[in-house]
Amino acid sequence: MNLIERAVNGGMAWINERAPGLMPVYRKHMSEYYAPKNFNLWYYFGALSMLVLVNQIVTGIFLTMHYKPSALEAFASVEYIMRDVSGGWLIRYMHSTGASLFFVVIYLHMFRALIYGSHQKPRELVWILGMLIFLTLMAEAFMGYVLPWGQMSYWGAQVIINLFGAIPFVGTELTEWIRGDYLVSDATLNRFFALHVIALPLVILLLVVLHLGALHEVGSNNPDGVDIKKLKDPATKIPKDGIPFHPYYTVKDLFGAGFFLTIAAFILFFVPTFGGLFLEHDNFVQANPMVTPLHIKPVWYFTPYYAMLRAVPDKLFGVMTMGGAVMILFLLPWLDRSPVKSIRYRSMISKVMVALFVIAFVVLGWLGMQAGSTTQTWVARGLTFFYFAFFITMPIWTRLGTFKPVPERVTMHD
Amino acid sequence: MTKLRSHLMKSLALALLLLPGISLASSEGGAMESAQIDLTDKAALQRGASLYMNYCSSCHSLSYQRYSRMGEDLGLTKEQVEQNLIFTDAKIGETIDTGMDAANATAWLGKAPPDLSVVARTKAEGADWIYNYLKSFYVDESRPMGWNNTVFPGASMPHVLWEMQGMQHPVLEPKRKGANGEEEACHAGEVGGQCIKGFVIPDAQKGSMDAEQYDRVARDLSTFLAYVGEPSAVKRESMGVWVVLFLAFLTFLAYLLKVEYWRDVH
Repeated sequence: MNLIERAVNGGMAWINERAPGLMPVYRKHMSEYYAPKNFNLWYYFGALSMLVLVNQIVTGIFLTMHYKPSALEAFASVEYIMRDVSGGWLIRYMHSTGASLFFVVIYLHMFRALIYGSHQKPRELVWILGMLIFLTLMAEAFMGYVLPWGQMSYWGAQVIINLFGAIPFVGTELTEWIRGDYLVSDATLNRFFALHVIALPLVILLLVVLHLGALHEVGSNNPDGVDIKKLKDPATKIPKDGIPFHPYYTVKDLFGAGFFLTIAAFILFFVPTFGGLFLEHDNFVQANPMVTPLHIKPVWYFTPYYAMLRAVPDKLFGVMTMGGAVMILFLLPWLDRSPVKSIRYRSMISKVMVALFVIAFVVLGWLGMQAGSTTQTWVARGLTFFYFAFFITMPIWTRLGTFKPVPERVTMHD
Repeated sequence: MTKLRSHLMKSLALALLLLPGISLASSEGGAMESAQIDLTDKAALQRGASLYMNYCSSCHSLSYQRYSRMGEDLGLTKEQVEQNLIFTDAKIGETIDTGMDAANATAWLGKAPPDLSVVARTKAEGADWIYNYLKSFYVDESRPMGWNNTVFPGASMPHVLWEMQGMQHPVLEPKRKGANGEEEACHAGEVGGQCIKGFVIPDAQKGSMDAEQYDRVARDLSTFLAYVGEPSAVKRESMGVWVVLFLAFLTFLAYLLKVEYWRDVH
């Protein structure tokens, strides 16, 4: 044994003596957490979400060192970061690009669950916790978007907060309570800053811990939807199709992270505004309560829901539609009655429905960015109807058609 | 070379990533003439800075941009900036503010001229918008300042560069009729119910420059304002090439590591 090995072993022994509970935790979640060996591309997005979360927290800390949460100074302080703070532009772009990429990976992560039935029994709690993360993330992103205090920050906040005004009886008081003022103002910016940098990130971190904890209790699903715990090696009690998360999936996710970061860097360094999608043109104009922009729209990741809101002529009903579109996702584990988990073995009708759902969601997202002509509004109405029909009739269509037999063991394709 | 490389990378990035987004970015109005700006062209940037200080800075501040930073990025010494580009009593480390205070500006002009620090980033067309705007002033006696603009109809700014460009007058044509017999909207503004199809400069009102020279003025100013909009843009792109290459190599190594570890998984 050389000196380094002796030092490491000695150190480990020293810690184990004083905290004997640590190694079992490491084993349970890393070196002896047996994950199915057949994870495909779709299984990168969970780890990537965590990577983006860390990026947002670290870059966020540096931004708070220079940002001024005041209606008078906020916009200028962002430009100060972009110009006068060393490396400030890089930190800011990492944060703004990261915000959009967060939703990219989260949407793909959620879609993975949908197609492989990861929300089904026994992983309902994992799904619920994941949905809570998604909900908190939406609030986090919305409040973060207000902070640069551009025109779209201001008017976006105005529109979204006013939605609460549609609630009968308490609506007006509720909106004033949220804003801390009669209109979006310095008070609003200050509290959004507090919620954005400390309250919501803490909630997200806690939920992530619970999400992973719940997952590691039941074990990961896989692209075949096969329960690997059914077939264990009699001697070792290790699932035959399972491999330890560390080192197998840590090295695999390292590769995934590298690939993702390469694409992220490409965007960050060459198209940081992403043609006005990640950083909107109107948001380079300082917030002005006296001038309403011609066309108020949220950032791309909220546009599918925004399109649904606009599709409904009545305000209260529109707000309920938009809220319902997110809330209905919580019910997914109970709406999906398919006897098989993975889309690989589901019936043709299920595959068609999922494909149509993707198209509807993407087109709604596009419609949410448009000014909204009469035709567009009608298309949005049709797609909103389909969005809800997809979920409400899910208990029926997930049971229809012929299913392919699910294999005993997982299959490897690469 | 740098320009070509960054341009290539940018086009590639857009093509790869923006497939569905391209149509979203284009806004209302007709196609704009490309300004073909080059942020690495220091001479153009210096000419643009000089034009800006001479013709724009008395009304429009660049209050997020410091003289010193501008000097560094444009390849000018402290003395050169102080002697040629600072027209106020500002120190080299201060931001480029106008001598006019906001209350006076509002009283004199109706509306204080906006700060132009990030103006190039507020438009989907970016610097092209500025280029086209500067070329699209025409004489319109109905406007308070006697000028109007096809890119920004009803603009309150007079044509401060008219001495160079000359005075453009609109050439009109009747509105076109659509298939259903209804009049179509004008492509580039209208005067008295007729569409503007182009401009003409009468001989008596010619400017000190010909069209080509004035295009260069508009291009230099657009280039300068594009630079001021994001002073780190050139650095960002040149750094980006190396970051992307490094990450691609790291990903390749990670891939080899993964393959090695996964050798025993079947």
